[in-house]
Amino acid sequence: MTRVAFWRAVVVLLPVLALEVLCRTGVIAPIMMPAPSVVLRDLVTLLASGTMNGAIVKTLGNVALACVLAIVAGVALGALIHRWPGLRETLEPLFATYYAIPVYAFYPLFIILFGLGEAPQILIGFMLAVVAVIVNTLNGLDSVPRVLGKVARVYRLGPLATALRITLPYAAPYLFTGVKLAVAYAFIGVIGAEFIMSRTGLGYEISFAFNNFDNGVMYPLILLILVIATALNMSLERWEKALLRRRGRH
Amino acid sequence: MRRTHRPLRNAALLIAAILLLWQGLFAFAGRHALTPPLQTIGYLAALMHTGAFWGHVAETGTAFAVALVIAVAAGLAAGFLLGLNRTAAEVFEPLLLAANSVPKIALYPVVLLIFGIGMPAKIAFGAIHGVVPVTIFTMGGLRNIRPVMFKTAAVLRLDRWATIRSVLVPAALPEIFTGLRIGFSLTLIGTLLGEMFGSQRGLGFLLMTAIGLQNTRVIMAVTLLLVVFAASISTALIVIDRRLHVRL
Repeated sequence: MTRVAFWRAVVVLLPVLALEVLCRTGVIAPIMMPAPSVVLRDLVTLLASGTMNGAIVKTLGNVALACVLAIVAGVALGALIHRWPGLRETLEPLFATYYAIPVYAFYPLFIILFGLGEAPQILIGFMLAVVAVIVNTLNGLDSVPRVLGKVARVYRLGPLATALRITLPYAAPYLFTGVKLAVAYAFIGVIGAEFIMSRTGLGYEISFAFNNFDNGVMYPLILLILVIATALNMSLERWEKALLRRRGRH
Repeated sequence: MRRTHRPLRNAALLIAAILLLWQGLFAFAGRHALTPPLQTIGYLAALMHTGAFWGHVAETGTAFAVALVIAVAAGLAAGFLLGLNRTAAEVFEPLLLAANSVPKIALYPVVLLIFGIGMPAKIAFGAIHGVVPVTIFTMGGLRNIRPVMFKTAAVLRLDRWATIRSVLVPAALPEIFTGLRIGFSLTLIGTLLGEMFGSQRGLGFLLMTAIGLQNTRVIMAVTLLLVVFAASISTALIVIDRRLHVRL
């Protein structure tokens, strides 16, 4: 395993090192891209100066909101649709083709409907995230064996107690997959929407810096987004693995 | 689990429900926000009679097609290399999963700086989006092949090329196809996003200009065209995908 970790580090660091050399030797002009070490230094300065705090808080807040809404609505809708096989059958083609549809195409419509505030961006993040949660909730509920429902009836558990003590714990790994996807999709949706049209947030700040040829702000912010998204995804991935391992032992 | 299959009835019901919702939303939100279904279809038909519109469609279509070819070729090549080498797969898998969940839109300024505004930037942006899922699914498909298949190939003394052609590819085909299907969708989304920022032509550009001018009719007509195109191709791909998965 350590050998794998070593090669993984090489695969990540070697291109960074190559970029550093290419930038330092002037093969890549500074107008095109500053050296990775410079980008990192600029990011630290930028974060320390606090000028981007507003944008960071706003973007992360909207991502969190879109994500929480998608998880709550997705699990509730998933449970509802699961109880109603006819509805589920009808919605199946929608779920199957949903991620083929460019959701951003709806963004202009949302701007007209809700104005240029936060709502359209949150809605795009929500729309991208919610279907993944619904689909994984359905898969999770499918995985609960019939016998557990009978056990619940034998113990005379009410619907809430059944959900809390049997269904949710059993479906947890699937629900977690839904949560993981929701985080990634909410991120993609909110930041994408900020890029297309918005007056605040990290996506907007990057566009603004790009239009002003301000590489000292643009590259550090791109790095920041990549680092936050990757760190979130990898920690959720690790958590999911731990959850599955515990499941395996029982 | 019991599951009846009435795909035509389901699709018809779903489309009817969407049209109803759409009409209802129009009644609620009004003429400035959106155009009703029939009028949108009418306007799309009118747009299709103009030469300029087909210029945009051709531009987007070309960019998308080239991006898809690049994404599929690069994804299959990388997926095969990683899928046939255990260590390489273990090294790259978490990196690929991370790359898949990163908002790649954040990279568009870099793509524009490298390629400049125009066709190459759109193609690059589409290909960046599509190549990751094709790689992940191809790699996964090859890694999930049961060991008995490899043993059979060895017993039959197939050489490497024959093993790939007559054992590995058929065995991994369903997974690979799923990757191609998802790669198709993401490449389209990537190409359109690329057009929205780094382009002076194409459907994405048309959408962006319409947003600037608050031209609801154009926005709705172009959105309808894109949704119908994406949904119908994706449905066809899903049907093939399911058949491939059932066969095994």
